[in-house]
Amino acid sequence: MEKDIPKNSIKKTLLKLSIGAVGMFVFAVFLMPPLYYALCDLTGIGGKTSGRYEVQDTTVDTSRTIKVQFLTVNNGSMPWDFSPKVTEVTVHPGEPKAVTFYAKNRTSKDMVAQAVPNLTPFNATKYFHKTECFCFNQQPLSAWSEIDMPLVFIVDKDIPKTVNTITLSYTLFDVTDSLSSAKFPVARLNR
Amino acid sequence: MAHGPAKGIGRWLFTTNHKDIGTMYLWFSFAMFLLGGSFAMIIRAELFQPGMQIIRPEFFNQMTTMHGLVMVFGAIMPAFVGLANWMIPLQIGAPDMALPRMNNLSFWILPFAFALLTATLFMEGGAPNFGWTFYAPLSTTYAPPTVNYFIFGVHLMGASSIMGSINIIATVLNMRAPGMTLMKMPMFVWTWLITAFLLIAVMPVLAGAVTMMLMDINFGTSFFNAAGGGDPVLFQHVFWFFGHPEVYIIILPAFGVISHIIPAFSRKPLFGYSSMVYATASIAFLSFIVWAHHMFLVGMPIGGELYFMYATMLIAVPTAAKVFNWISTMFRGSLSFETPMLYAVAFVILFTIGGFTGIMLAVAPADIQYHDTYFVVAHFHYVMVAGAIFSSTAAVYYWLPKWTGKMYNETMGKVQFWIGFIGFNVTFFPQHFIGLAGMPRRYSDYALQFSDWNMVSSIGAFIYGTAQLLFLYNVISTIRSGKPVSEPKTWDGAEGLEWMVATPAPYHTFATPPVIK
Amino acid sequence: MLRRARMLFTLLFAPVISLAASVSAIAEEGNNWAVNMPRGVTSVSNSIYDIHMLVFWIVTITGILVFAVMFYVMYAHRKSRGAVASNFHENTTAEIVWTAIPAVILILLCIPATTTILDVYDTSEAEMDVKVTGLQWKWQYEYLGEDVKFLSELATPESEIYNTAPKGQYYHEEVTEPLVIPANTKVRFLITGQDVIHSWWVPDFGVKRDALPGFINETWANVYKPGIYRGQCTELCGKGHAFMPIVVNVLEKEEFKTWLADKKVEQAAIRELTNKTFTMDELMEKGEVAYNRSCAGCHQVNGQGIPGIFPSLVGQGIAVGPVEAHIDIIVNGQAGTAMQAFGDQLSELDQAAIITYERNAWGNDVGDITQPIDVYNWKKGK
Repeated sequence: MEKDIPKNSIKKTLLKLSIGAVGMFVFAVFLMPPLYYALCDLTGIGGKTSGRYEVQDTTVDTSRTIKVQFLTVNNGSMPWDFSPKVTEVTVHPGEPKAVTFYAKNRTSKDMVAQAVPNLTPFNATKYFHKTECFCFNQQPLSAWSEIDMPLVFIVDKDIPKTVNTITLSYTLFDVTDSLSSAKFPVARLNR
Repeated sequence: MAHGPAKGIGRWLFTTNHKDIGTMYLWFSFAMFLLGGSFAMIIRAELFQPGMQIIRPEFFNQMTTMHGLVMVFGAIMPAFVGLANWMIPLQIGAPDMALPRMNNLSFWILPFAFALLTATLFMEGGAPNFGWTFYAPLSTTYAPPTVNYFIFGVHLMGASSIMGSINIIATVLNMRAPGMTLMKMPMFVWTWLITAFLLIAVMPVLAGAVTMMLMDINFGTSFFNAAGGGDPVLFQHVFWFFGHPEVYIIILPAFGVISHIIPAFSRKPLFGYSSMVYATASIAFLSFIVWAHHMFLVGMPIGGELYFMYATMLIAVPTAAKVFNWISTMFRGSLSFETPMLYAVAFVILFTIGGFTGIMLAVAPADIQYHDTYFVVAHFHYVMVAGAIFSSTAAVYYWLPKWTGKMYNETMGKVQFWIGFIGFNVTFFPQHFIGLAGMPRRYSDYALQFSDWNMVSSIGAFIYGTAQLLFLYNVISTIRSGKPVSEPKTWDGAEGLEWMVATPAPYHTFATPPVIK
Repeated sequence: MLRRARMLFTLLFAPVISLAASVSAIAEEGNNWAVNMPRGVTSVSNSIYDIHMLVFWIVTITGILVFAVMFYVMYAHRKSRGAVASNFHENTTAEIVWTAIPAVILILLCIPATTTILDVYDTSEAEMDVKVTGLQWKWQYEYLGEDVKFLSELATPESEIYNTAPKGQYYHEEVTEPLVIPANTKVRFLITGQDVIHSWWVPDFGVKRDALPGFINETWANVYKPGIYRGQCTELCGKGHAFMPIVVNVLEKEEFKTWLADKKVEQAAIRELTNKTFTMDELMEKGEVAYNRSCAGCHQVNGQGIPGIFPSLVGQGIAVGPVEAHIDIIVNGQAGTAMQAFGDQLSELDQAAIITYERNAWGNDVGDITQPIDVYNWKKGK
């Protein structure tokens, strides 16, 4: 009979499950990305180096050296010349090192670029500190102009003994036309 | 209240009756199965020989993408929702689903969503062409303009699934006949209850993924765009967090159907009922923590590779237990091999083979050679076609007499089974070989050493396609001119409340719930 | 009855067993009916092959045993033979046993799987670094520290793909320039993507890794046997996914040193050619080859493109307009479209030849010539 159907408890189930479904959507859009980035930051997985580093300890470990290689990639049809002035350097852990990257806007239009760094191996990510990097900001260049861009880094003296080579790759993106790139809710730049 | 159905098209547009809605879901899913199947026929026709003979590579990518989307979201999932609608109220002694009007909405969203998705084939830029797994940035920065229709379609299908699942849970938890405790529920109901929770947990995550895609494409965000500080690998994590439970969503109801058919045709109760329930629940729980085995080659750290490998291998354990339970059900039974049982036995064998290749794929170092090759394609077609589709086909033959009051022609059923069984294996077994030999998936063309097995596979596909047309013929001719049957219990070994109501099942059943002892 | 069951078992499984036994034997290179992966030519590929075969045999034997029981039951317990159904329906001991045994087997399998993965991930002490970049739809290889860089594109002509010419032996597996590496050397591959996700796979090396835009992945190979090895892109990357194969030529160490030295000379020579002046005929001839290799994939051999997707170059647009715009679009591409910036991908000579060809072929007959130095100067802003 119709009156045997437990309408109230059905409504309660409906409410609880709807909240659950909405909750999972909120989790996916608002919690999964931050959790993911937090995990990347915490562990260095993914090779995403962090932002501007404040030097605390200036001791240098002269007993070992680390080879640091630099690679560049132009994303998509990014029509700039973009290359490291030196392709590799050797440093002591703890020793600050400055290198330069060359960029030239080869077109007749003013453009803006964003360089995004990535590093391998992952267990070195947290030990690679940048005190100065052109990747911290967007890089505008007017038509036909060129620029030397600085990178100053320190390999942490506590870097695991198993790491002897670090490869740092910069990918150059054309952000001239995109709307502000650090938008809602969780996109972030390597500041 | 006990008047019969309304007349004309209005009956179908406005029905709140679970049997009508179940019927619509089943017919819709079969139509989608034939649509997705024709995309597959185009793919296999093109791959019959090396070289581009029939279509261009751009269109080929649209075919593979649409084949996956239509089959997963339009054919398999609605087929089992249709079975759920028809059978769950009957099996628990309820008069209908808990939320009948929402049930109607859940169904009618689907034809609209798929009309939209299919229409993209005719739009400028073509249909979605980035694979049913739509990885960014191919599906964001490099997508055709129809990607927005794709996203809308996915949202609609997701909403339909979520509403359907809420309905199933509300029905099962609140409307079981008095005396039917959870551990007395039929297995099909158990598997659907668990599946419905999985759906509510992960369909919104898929909605989240496509929403983030939508924002990246249209509103300048950078969830998955490295230029803005985003990450394409994040897309893969979010997608597969949905994607892996999704494949268990597809297979668990199929397990439920088999757990009805094997006992019926063995004339013996299901072996290990409680173990089967616990195994199903364990599989569902484990399905949440293994997703990155789809991402072994993305550049995961070694700890991640090892963890996901170990966890994935663990899922094989409860699944194996289920297979042993089915075989033990048959053991010392009194077996007969009508069409539903042929399908069920084929399911156990072929799904197990798919499970074996799954174990091989779980081994992360070996996956270096298997990932994104035809070995993976073979694996998932074994579990999804010989698993889920064979199970839903078995369910149709099994329950068709109850639904229609007509018996199908047993010889035609067996013929249809054997043609399909042979066609399926000729299509997909060789795909293991070409995958191991080095042919990647989603390839519109291939090197010459893959020609021979590809030709064999394509021939098998045409045979398998023919078997599906024969299935359609069998169903229609049964409905129109099958031998009338009226005993409540069509199959002498069958158990369950659905076999206590009249045949064909009256429009309204269990207006008064039965008492379960 | 048991004897009959045994006979049945043997009859059914003899062919299966003999097929399974011959599986490994059929897996030869170049065999059209290959059923197995290659052993390969690195220690990693061999470890992978071994664990693949181990798991394969475990699951095959398990399958044979389980299905044998099932077939026996289907034969012996059928109603038509008079079998009467028992009523037992649970047994906790059985459940524990058939849960524990698979679990133990799987746990044991994890041991060789773990050691192999640890090996795959160990990129330390590499002797040579090669940067591999995946683009739509080709690979770019760069020898780090050596200033040698080149593109590797599919060399199979469109005519073979579209069935107007017979297919060569290496159809779909040949490239304009293979990657060359030395044997018995630990080579580290640094893999990235320029546009969408690609994946670099050489089955014989046991190496596969995704090429992600914005990321750098590393893996390695130490090939003990010189030879030519062919691979494929293994991540859907658009319409050319099947059309960007990988070819690696592994040379003996000494031969490789010679090759590298020659290559540097060759690349310097190409840079020199930038200053040379060419005739219309020379540029048209070079241009046709370069165009068919690098441009015809989208714009078609006849220049007519695909309406609505890739513009036609025949009698319209930039190809017959001012040459500055033509150089600009070849060098810098067109943002937001599939037209790539070829400025860094091709030599100035190739670019000039292509421009000249496009402006004068198919009846365009604009009549002007673009020299490599024009392209070079344009890039410098002169």
